[in-house]
Amino acid sequence: MKNSVVSESRRRLLAGMAGAGTLAAVAPLRAMAGEVGSTGALGFAEIPDGALAEQLLYALPGKVPLIKKTYRPPNFETPIEYFRTPITPNNAFFVRYHLAGIPEIKAADWKLAVGGDSVGQELAFTLDQLKKDFEAVEVTAVCQCSGNRRGLFEPHVPGVEWGVGAMGNAVWRGVRLKDILAKAGVKGDALEVVFDGADHAVMDKTPDFVKSLPVEVALDENTLVAFEMNGQPLPHWNGFPARLVVPGWTGTYWIKQLVSIRVISKPEGNFWMSTAYRVPRGKFKTPSFKSQVATANEPITTMVVNSLITSLQSGAQIARGKPIEVKGIAWDSGAGLASVEVSTDLGTSWQRAKLGRDLGRFSFREFALSIPTRERGSVVVMARATSRTGETQVEQLIHNPAGYHHNVIQRLYLEVV
Amino acid sequence: MKTARIPSLATAGVLAWALAGAATAQESKVVLKDAPGRDKAMQCVACHSVDYIQMNSAFLDKAGWTASANKMINAFGAPIAKEDVEPIVNYLVQNYGKPAAK
Repeated sequence: MKNSVVSESRRRLLAGMAGAGTLAAVAPLRAMAGEVGSTGALGFAEIPDGALAEQLLYALPGKVPLIKKTYRPPNFETPIEYFRTPITPNNAFFVRYHLAGIPEIKAADWKLAVGGDSVGQELAFTLDQLKKDFEAVEVTAVCQCSGNRRGLFEPHVPGVEWGVGAMGNAVWRGVRLKDILAKAGVKGDALEVVFDGADHAVMDKTPDFVKSLPVEVALDENTLVAFEMNGQPLPHWNGFPARLVVPGWTGTYWIKQLVSIRVISKPEGNFWMSTAYRVPRGKFKTPSFKSQVATANEPITTMVVNSLITSLQSGAQIARGKPIEVKGIAWDSGAGLASVEVSTDLGTSWQRAKLGRDLGRFSFREFALSIPTRERGSVVVMARATSRTGETQVEQLIHNPAGYHHNVIQRLYLEVV
Repeated sequence: MKTARIPSLATAGVLAWALAGAATAQESKVVLKDAPGRDKAMQCVACHSVDYIQMNSAFLDKAGWTASANKMINAFGAPIAKEDVEPIVNYLVQNYGKPAAK
């Protein structure tokens, strides 16, 4: 583990600073950048030593070099530089798979089956039929892995140790799921809609990756079966030829290479619904997936409000007299952003940043604030997004066993020299 | 989609590599530490690249690595023989475990 000593001392330094509330210890922090995907350099807790040492930049076919978390199944994170625009390029969009069997699908061979005990009739659609027989619609929406920022949890929790880049924002074009379901006819007893992709496990006994949504979410006008992303066909690694798009909900529900939709009258009980992707009951204010609530936990549902400063690195030096340019992106589950505020005094006072163009309530929203520097010394830069419902980012991590919903306020340490 | 029908671990390993696509060659560069139990731990490659192990280090104690191994076997159906579980867990704790747990 080439970096373990450095990382350990850095962690102690950061922990010490966070606790002490003084900036005296900031000075030695200069050389923090340089390691691929370091979250310490971004003003967060660092990902585990082993993850930091093992990860590297690697380009999957059709992708630019992304931060490799694991090769098989492929899990690749988007580096921070691609979040300096509100739309994430297709070739830089993160890749997340649970199962290693990922077929190459030809558009002409693809079929989408619609069935289940709560539809009037079973149907199947080709890609051409989807494009010809339904109204095409677009939505700009953030797709964020439930476990984005899991690696920043302290204490660490097992799983894919994501930094900040298991997310992306794209213009998705496709057809409304509700229009597809209307053709099949949704019965009055419909409770959930179940989605399966073409990916599969290596072992027969491994549960296939199958997810369900509450029927009312499936029938929402923003829920799409999408076949285009940013004006291009979906990349293979992001679900070609068609995937589910569930704006506001975490990425686990956005089934890639979608091949089967079933409308059912009873809760879906497979491992990925009943055991995985769950949060402790009552810990978060996100909506409940009512038919799936258990005694102790419930499925993760929508994203929590969050932001990311993309213009600065911890440990950077700013020449006195030059402004600190704080720029970044903010997002929530679809209420839309009310404000992004920036603090340079450890949260005692907050200044409103200027929000960028509104690309829709499910989209990344840019923010920017220029802060003059008058005195030499250490500065902690923080950003805090608040949604139109008043939901805001947390100061302390809400720890949970699977490492979901990390929206702790970022703290970048700069030095004015 | 359920399509794979895998009779044994040996063939599963071969198939998994075939399915992995372009990252396969890179994956062979991921090397687990050479220590007793490594051969048993290499059974993990039937389903996933072993960078999952480095990635989850070094913060799990014996209970943590035992829980991970059991999850692979009980939830994901990894065909690991009962007698192999302890050597695998010991290998992970010794080489990728939380420093205080060794």
